[in-house]
Amino acid sequence: MAKLTLVQAINQALDHEMTRDERVVILGEDVGPNGGVFRVTDGLAAKHGNHRVQNTPLDESGIIGAAIGLAVAGMRPIAELQFEGFMGPAYDQIVNHAARYRNRTRGTITVPLTIRVPVGGGIHAPELHSDSPEAIYTHSPGLKVVMPCTPYDAKGLLLSAIRDPDPVIFFEPKRVYRSFREEVPEEDYTIPIGEAKVISDGDDLTVVTWGASVFECLEAIDNLPDDVSIELIDLRTIDPIDIDCIAQSVQKTGRCVVVHEAPRTAGLGAEISALVQEHCFLHLEAPVQRVTGFDTVMPYYKLELEYLPDAERIGKGIAECLAY
Amino acid sequence: MTQATSKPRNADTARLSDALPNETLLKWLYDMQLIREFEARTMQMYQQAKIGGFCHIYSGQEASAVGCTAAVNHDDPIVLAYRDHGHALARGMHPAACMAEMFGKLAGCAKGKGGSMHMFDKPNWLFGGHGIVSAQTPLGTGLAFACRYQWEVMETAKKRVCLTFLGDGAIDQGAFHEAQNLASVFGIPVIYIIENNGYSMGTAIHRHTANCDRLTMRGESYGIKSIEVDGLDIRNVYDQMKPLVDECRDLQRPGFVDLKTYRYQGHSMSDPQKYRTKDEVESFKERDSIANLAAHLMAQEDDGGRGCLTEDDWNTMQKDIRQIVMDAVAFAEQAADPDPEKELSTDTYALPMKNLSPSENYSHGTKNPLL
Ligand SMILES: Cc1ncc(C[n+]2csc(CCOP(=O)(O)OP(=O)(O)O)c2C)c(N)n1
Ligand SMILES: [Mg+2]
Repeated sequence: MAKLTLVQAINQALDHEMTRDERVVILGEDVGPNGGVFRVTDGLAAKHGNHRVQNTPLDESGIIGAAIGLAVAGMRPIAELQFEGFMGPAYDQIVNHAARYRNRTRGTITVPLTIRVPVGGGIHAPELHSDSPEAIYTHSPGLKVVMPCTPYDAKGLLLSAIRDPDPVIFFEPKRVYRSFREEVPEEDYTIPIGEAKVISDGDDLTVVTWGASVFECLEAIDNLPDDVSIELIDLRTIDPIDIDCIAQSVQKTGRCVVVHEAPRTAGLGAEISALVQEHCFLHLEAPVQRVTGFDTVMPYYKLELEYLPDAERIGKGIAECLAY
Repeated sequence: MTQATSKPRNADTARLSDALPNETLLKWLYDMQLIREFEARTMQMYQQAKIGGFCHIYSGQEASAVGCTAAVNHDDPIVLAYRDHGHALARGMHPAACMAEMFGKLAGCAKGKGGSMHMFDKPNWLFGGHGIVSAQTPLGTGLAFACRYQWEVMETAKKRVCLTFLGDGAIDQGAFHEAQNLASVFGIPVIYIIENNGYSMGTAIHRHTANCDRLTMRGESYGIKSIEVDGLDIRNVYDQMKPLVDECRDLQRPGFVDLKTYRYQGHSMSDPQKYRTKDEVESFKERDSIANLAAHLMAQEDDGGRGCLTEDDWNTMQKDIRQIVMDAVAFAEQAADPDPEKELSTDTYALPMKNLSPSENYSHGTKNPLL
């Protein structure tokens, strides 16, 4: 089995699905011969033709709007936006159209659209190139929001996303793109949207996270004394959230820390805290802790590592929750 | 050299810029060379990982920033996108503040929190440096709206115009069309300058925008006076920009400029440049704006030049500029990093807010050191 990076696994999934299903087309800025900013679509135009891997003008609203049109007409479009910050110009199409088409037409018209977006910080870039807007789209009914952090999960979830009858925002944590490799089967396999993954079993405390923060959490847990046993959950899908997985874990451990890069206020940590108290109130031995980015704009370079939750801050959050 | 420039100056071939004093053109040469040298060092510093993130180099396009700003007054506002080092320097930002920004240092023009794409200099009427392509175009409309209002209604300023720069890629965004329409309907003195370098990242203009040979039709369709400018010759940029600026200022109307230029480097520092040939780049370098202006200033009057610059002067100027840029790098190197305890929490709102900031209690961010 080949060992692939996240970029390669996504590329393989795209290639696989384009080969399998002629309805699949890719649209985005420079996705053709240049292979996109992060080279995720490298080689696909050469293999499947420029008519299936469309270099678009610089117009996010046009890209997403046109992709919605393709989708409602029975195609399986995959739109690439270059960075999460550029979802701004497309926000109207994503939230007011892609998300609501099914509901607005009372189920008669659906939008099987996948929007791929690199997300998150840690590559020394400033705001608009390092943000984490997943909560914004989770707050919009009608969208599914996915953020895998391993090559294996990425391939399986991307195939599910493309085949999903509803629009899926597929966030790709960009600092993980080439950070490690793992074995990825060449064959067809899917990972269901909406299923979290327990990365490590534990009895004392549950850490809930997703995206690149998974690796910071692993480091934080590694630094803890041996007698502390932590259960680490990678949500993988943010919306619909796998509350069963979280609740089962917190009912066992009685303590929960949520970690995310996005700002704290009204972030997903707030939603997860609410869900945990609804589902686990009598099991809780401490308030749910949040270790998050700050309520300010993602700063550039010298301050970015201060902004992002790192192993040290996560370790502190865990220690405080345990000591409560 | 073309026929026209090798002929002696006379009434037929006289250009607006011919009436300018030698010092003005020497300053243009200086400013363009400063940008060229600054960008050369910037690339070096990027390769040494002193500069992070994304970095877009302006080399090749100098005549645009310097020539266009020469056609306006210092208090005419300017706004643009991320390829902004050249405009910042042309507007008078200190090279050290510009370099320190890219190094992420507190002494940078945005306290080191913005980097290459976010050059701001309010005293020099530079309103950024913005990362969302074309989002600056309605901002320019608004800046110019304020200019008109402050002149006409409040009577607190004389007539001003706003220069709004955008790339050829940016014209494809809806925002630009909304901005132009608004400017025309309201009668707003904003001049949109398309720095048309022929590429939007890796996509050539004929593949990204319709009717690309006649962009001025777009401006005209909004009732905006629209001109095409050869942007590689700075004297020509001035000659064409100055009357347009004067007219837009006078009539308080918008303008549209398709300024043809070329970038020598890749789109950003990580661009494999599969989309163009070395020959193409070389062919543009033969028309280099800096070399051409220097040649013009060195040529004798009989040859259509100004004879106001010797080979030695030019070498000295280049040497001085090299030193200034090295000093800027040295300044950026030794400048202080922003203090996270202070700087993460500032600048989000005018007043500090509860629960906003990091604090000594980093895991929660509940204590605000400013309160
Ligand atoms: C809304 C938005 N979409 C995409 C990008 C990524 N991007 C940055 S520059 C650029 C190309 C712009 O080309 P052009 O407007 O011609 O300016 P140039 O780089 O040639 O100066 C792209 C696609 C962005 N910054 N913002
Ligand atoms: Mg361009």
